[in-house]
Amino acid sequence: MTQQQTAGPPSAGHADLAEEFLDRRTPLSRIRNILHRYPALSPAIVLLIAVVVFGILNERFLRVENLSLITQQVAVVGTLAIAQTLIILTAGIDLSVGAVMILSSMVIAQLAVSNGIPGPLALIAGLAVGLAAGALNGFLVTRFRLPPFIVTLGTLNIFVALTLLYSGGSTVRGSAMPPVLTWLGSTFPIGPVRISTGVVMMILLYVVVAFILGKTAWGRHVYAVGDDKEAARLAGIPVNRVLMSVYLAAGAVLAVGAWIQIGRTNAASPNAGVDLNLDSITAVVIGGTSLFGGRGSIWGSLLGALIVGIFRNGLSLAGLDVLYQTLAVGILIIVAVSIDQWIRKVKS
Amino acid sequence: MTMTEFAASHTATREPILKARNLVKTFGRVVGLDGVSLDLYPGEVLAVIGDNGAGKSTLIKCLTGAEIPDTGELYVSGQQVHFKRPQDARVHGIETVYQNLAVSPALDVASNLFLGREERLPGPLGSLFRMLDTKGMRRKAKEELTRLGISTLQDVTVPVENLSGGQRQAVAVARAAAFGSKVVVLDEPTAALGVRESNQVLQLVRDLRDRGLPVILISHNMPHVFDVADRIHIQRLGKCAATITPQSHSMTDAVAIMTGAAKA
Repeated sequence: MTQQQTAGPPSAGHADLAEEFLDRRTPLSRIRNILHRYPALSPAIVLLIAVVVFGILNERFLRVENLSLITQQVAVVGTLAIAQTLIILTAGIDLSVGAVMILSSMVIAQLAVSNGIPGPLALIAGLAVGLAAGALNGFLVTRFRLPPFIVTLGTLNIFVALTLLYSGGSTVRGSAMPPVLTWLGSTFPIGPVRISTGVVMMILLYVVVAFILGKTAWGRHVYAVGDDKEAARLAGIPVNRVLMSVYLAAGAVLAVGAWIQIGRTNAASPNAGVDLNLDSITAVVIGGTSLFGGRGSIWGSLLGALIVGIFRNGLSLAGLDVLYQTLAVGILIIVAVSIDQWIRKVKS
Repeated sequence: MTMTEFAASHTATREPILKARNLVKTFGRVVGLDGVSLDLYPGEVLAVIGDNGAGKSTLIKCLTGAEIPDTGELYVSGQQVHFKRPQDARVHGIETVYQNLAVSPALDVASNLFLGREERLPGPLGSLFRMLDTKGMRRKAKEELTRLGISTLQDVTVPVENLSGGQRQAVAVARAAAFGSKVVVLDEPTAALGVRESNQVLQLVRDLRDRGLPVILISHNMPHVFDVADRIHIQRLGKCAATITPQSHSMTDAVAIMTGAAKA
C-alpha cells in the first residue's frame, strides 16, 4: 500500500485500489463482506447464541412444549413481518399492517357470526379487505408520490377507526364462529410435539414468498426498485406497477394473518394488536433487512420474529420482569440497525 | 455547409444507422434545440461536445426517447421512428448508459445485465411457476462479456456494489451493448472515474466500435474525446456549430468552436 501511495499522486484510482486492498486483507472486512452477502446470517447467529444462553439459564427453556409455545406466540407477528419485509425491501415502511389485519379479522368474524355468511366466504371477504387496504396504500404511494411512512400513518388511523365503526367495539368470541375460522388455532401431534396449524400456515407463507422473491423476475424487480428506484426505471422496470403489486401482496398476506390471529386468540377483537405494526418492523429490522431498501432476506424476518419471541420467553423464564424484555428488544433493534449500517459500508 | 460536405465525403457510401433531421425542442420560451441534424454511421464513435446549455443533453434525450422533439425527424436504419419514451428507443436497439449509472448495486453482474429482461426456465417451471433461469442467464452473461471483449468482469455472481467504479461502468456499458443493440449512447462515461479506469472504459468504447457497434459519446473531457472519437459533433447555442474529426482540427480549435471564438 505504501508503494501505491509513493508511486504517484493520489487519485481516485489509487484510493480505489487501497479500498480493494483493505477489503481483501483485514479479517473484519472479510466478515463484513460475508454478512453483506448473506443478510440472514447475522440474525441466525444471534438466534443460536440466544437459544444456547437461555438453554443454560433455565433447563425448561429447551423443552419441546416451550419451543412449541414460542412458535405459536410468534405466528401472528411472523406473518405480519412477511408483509412488512416486502414493503421495506422497496424502501418503504407500513405502519398500517396491524390495523389492516384487525380490520380484516373483524370483517371475517362479523360476516360469519352476525350475517350468517359461510366461513369460507367470510374468509374470502377478509382477503378482499386486505387487498383493498393494500390497494389504497399502494395507490397513494405510487399515484400521489407520498412517502409510505406518511401514507400508512394516515391509513393506520383510518383502518383503526373503520374497525371500531364496523364492529361497534365489541369482540366476537371464537366459540360463536364456524370452525373453519378458528381452524388455524388447532394443533396436531407429530410424535411428542403438538404443532399448531397457524404456525404451519405461517411457515408455508414464508416458503411461498421466499420462492417468489428469490426465483422469479418479480422478486428481482422488488429488490431492484428498493435498491435504486431510478436505476430500475431506466432499466425498463415498471416501478409503479411493481410497488402496487407489493402493497397488494402485503394486503393478501395480512388477510391470512387475520385468519391466524382469530385462531391464535380464539376471538376477533377490535382492540387487539395496536402495536403489532412496530413489532413487525422490529422483526424485519432484527432480521437484517435494510430500512433503506433493496437488501435483506425474508428468512431473516422469520429469524427476527423468533429472536424477539425467544428473548421475551427466555427472560420471563429467567424470572425477569416484563420491562427487561422490552429493554432487551430495544437494545436488539439498535444493535441490528448499527450492524446494518456497518455492513452497508461495503459500498465504496 | 462545410460540415455536411465533410461528413458526406467521410462516409459517402454508407447508410447512417441513426439519422436526425432538423430537431427542434423548446421549453417554454427557451430554445433547447434549434434545428439540429446528426448522422451516426455503423462502426464509428461520434462524440457530442458542447458547453453547458448548448443543447447537448437535450439532443441526446431526443435521440433516446427521454424527450419528444417539437419538430424534426428521426430515422433508424432508414426507417422513420417516433420515440415517446425510453423504452421505444430501446425497442429500436438504441441503448443508453446514463451518467448516474443505471445499475442496481445490490444485484449481481448477471442480474444487472438481464434486469428488466429476465429469462425464465423452459417448461412448466418457467411458465407455471415463473422460475428464473439463473444459471442460463449467468452463462449467457459470461458469453456476452467475452463477445464484447470485457475482461475486467470475471465473476458474474459478484454484487455490483463490490466492484470498482470502472468495473461498474463496464457493467452498465455491457448491458447497453449486449443482446443485439444497434447503437450505444454513453453519457459522460468517464466523469466519475480515475485515470486507469477511464482508460479501461475508453478501451471498451474502442472495442465496441471494432465489433461494428456505433457509439455516441457525450463528454466534457477533450483528451478523452480526441482519443476515441472518429467524428466530433459540436453543439453551440442549440445548433450544431460543426462536425469535425480529430485529424482535421486540434483540441484548441474544438474549444474555440465550442465557445464561439472561432467559426468552423
